[in-house]
Amino acid sequence: MGTPSKSGGVEKSAYTTVFGSLDSYDKGGVELINDDARHYAFSNIFEVAATSKPWEKVAVAKNFEYVLEAVRAEGTSQWRTAAHDEFVVCLDGRVTVELVKLDVSPLAADAEGSIALDGEPAGRPMGRIHLGHGHQALLPSGAAYRFSTAAPAVLMMQTIAGPDTQFRWAEICQTV
Amino acid sequence: MTATDIEVVKSDSPNTEGYHQFQLGEFTFSRDEYFVYIAWPTGSHMMSVDAFLRALQRDVAWDFFYGIVNFDGVFGTVNHYGTVDVFAGRYNDSYRKAELDYSENHETPAIRETFKSILADWTNSTFDPFASPHETGAAWGVKNGDNISAVTRRRVAAARMVGVPGDEQIRSDESGMPVNRMFLDVDQSEPVVEPEPGFEGEVAAFNLFSYLSRSDVTWNPSVVSACKDSLFCPTTEEYILPIIHGNDRVEWFIQLSDQITWDVEDRDTGAVRSRVTMKAGDVCAMPADIRHQGYSPKRSMLLVWENGSSDVPELIASGKAPTYPVEF
Repeated sequence: MGTPSKSGGVEKSAYTTVFGSLDSYDKGGVELINDDARHYAFSNIFEVAATSKPWEKVAVAKNFEYVLEAVRAEGTSQWRTAAHDEFVVCLDGRVTVELVKLDVSPLAADAEGSIALDGEPAGRPMGRIHLGHGHQALLPSGAAYRFSTAAPAVLMMQTIAGPDTQFRWAEICQTV
Repeated sequence: MTATDIEVVKSDSPNTEGYHQFQLGEFTFSRDEYFVYIAWPTGSHMMSVDAFLRALQRDVAWDFFYGIVNFDGVFGTVNHYGTVDVFAGRYNDSYRKAELDYSENHETPAIRETFKSILADWTNSTFDPFASPHETGAAWGVKNGDNISAVTRRRVAAARMVGVPGDEQIRSDESGMPVNRMFLDVDQSEPVVEPEPGFEGEVAAFNLFSYLSRSDVTWNPSVVSACKDSLFCPTTEEYILPIIHGNDRVEWFIQLSDQITWDVEDRDTGAVRSRVTMKAGDVCAMPADIRHQGYSPKRSMLLVWENGSSDVPELIASGKAPTYPVEF
C-alpha cells in the first residue's frame, strides 16, 4: 500500500533518510570509463574522521585557497581564530562551541586560514552554541572559538587553508 | 539595460494550442501539446515539453549558472557573466564535425526576459517545473492557465549565513515551508544558541538538515553560507537533474544524505568519462572540463560547493590553472 501522488503514480507510505556517521557509513566511488580517478579526489568524510587524530584539520576538498576540512572532534579543542568568517557543520554527534571576542587579534585583517591560540583568549565572552546532527554555526571573524564534546563527533569546516590544514590526498582519495 | 527596456519578441496571437511563439536573435521557440520546437538558421530541434520546461526553469532561476547549461545533447546556454551564448550543437561532436553547430551571443537581460516570458506562457496551471515528478501534474496539453507563483519563486542567497539576524531566515511550518514527504524522519530540533548581551547578531546557528528537509524545489542550489567567495550551495535532489551541467570551474559535491549517481562526460564532446556513485559523507570534485547529470532515486541532500570568484573561469580557460582541483 502506498500514497497516490499528483503524477497519478503511487508512492511509498514512508521513506527512510540515510545519513552517515563515524560508526556507520557506506562509501561509493568513481567507475572510470576514460579518466583518471585522481581528478575527482573522491573521499568520505566519516572515513577520514575515523582515521584522524582528534582535532586534526584534514582537507577533503580544495578550490584555490578555499578548503573544506573534516575534523574528528573528541574532548576539548585548542582555541582558534581567523580574520574571516568560518562555518562549521556537525555531521555526527554533539558539540559545544564557545566564542570569545578577542581584545586584539593576532592576525592581519587580510590573513587567510585559522591559527591556534596559546592558552586562554583575552576578550569578552560572546556566548555558546550547542550543535547536534546537521546543525551549522557561524564562527565569526575576529572571534576565538573552542569546541568540546563528550563523545567523538564529526565536523566539516568551511574555511581557507591555513598553517594547520593537512593535505593527505594520496591517503584519503580513490586513486585507481 | 533593464528588464523594462527589453522588448520580448513573440507572436501577436497564440497558436491553435494556445501558446505564443518566441524569437531571440535567429532562434525561434514554439510548443504544442507534447513538444517544444527550436529552430535556427542551420537546423532545428525537438524536445519533450516537460524536459524543456524543467531545464528552462533552472536556467532562469540560476541566472544561467556557472558555465554551460545543456538542456539536452543539442541545445543550451553558456554564461559569460554579462552576456550569454545560446547554442545548438555547439557541444555535440557530430554537429561540430558536420559544421551544423550554431551559436549567438546575447546581453544577459535580453535572454533572461525572453526565457522568463517563455516559461510563464508555456507552463500550465497543472505543472511545476521545480517539483519532482511525483509532486506535480502534467506539462502536456493545450494552454490551461498558468503557474506564475511556481515559476517565479525567489532564489535564496544568504549573504553571511541562514539564521543570522538580517539575513535569510530558517524555514518552518509557520513560514509556509513544511517538511517534505521524503524527509519526515529528519530531526527538526534547532541548535541551542546562548549569546551574551550585545552578541546576538554574531552568535548564530541553524539546523541545516531541517532547512533542507523543508525545501519545496529540486535541483536548485542556493547559498546558505559564504566565506568570501567560498559558497555553500546545498540543494535537495529527486529523480534526474533536468540539465547537463558543463563546468567552467571545478565544483565539489558533498553528499549529505542518501545517494546520487552521476554520469560524467567530456564537456565539449559528450564522450563518456566516468560514472560516480555518491553516498552520505562522500566528497567528489567535478573537474572544470566535464559535464555531469545526476540521478537521485529518493529525495536526497547534496551540498554543492562553489568558488564564486569571477577570476576562476579565465584562469582555467587560459590554462593558468588546471581543470582538476589538486595534484597528488
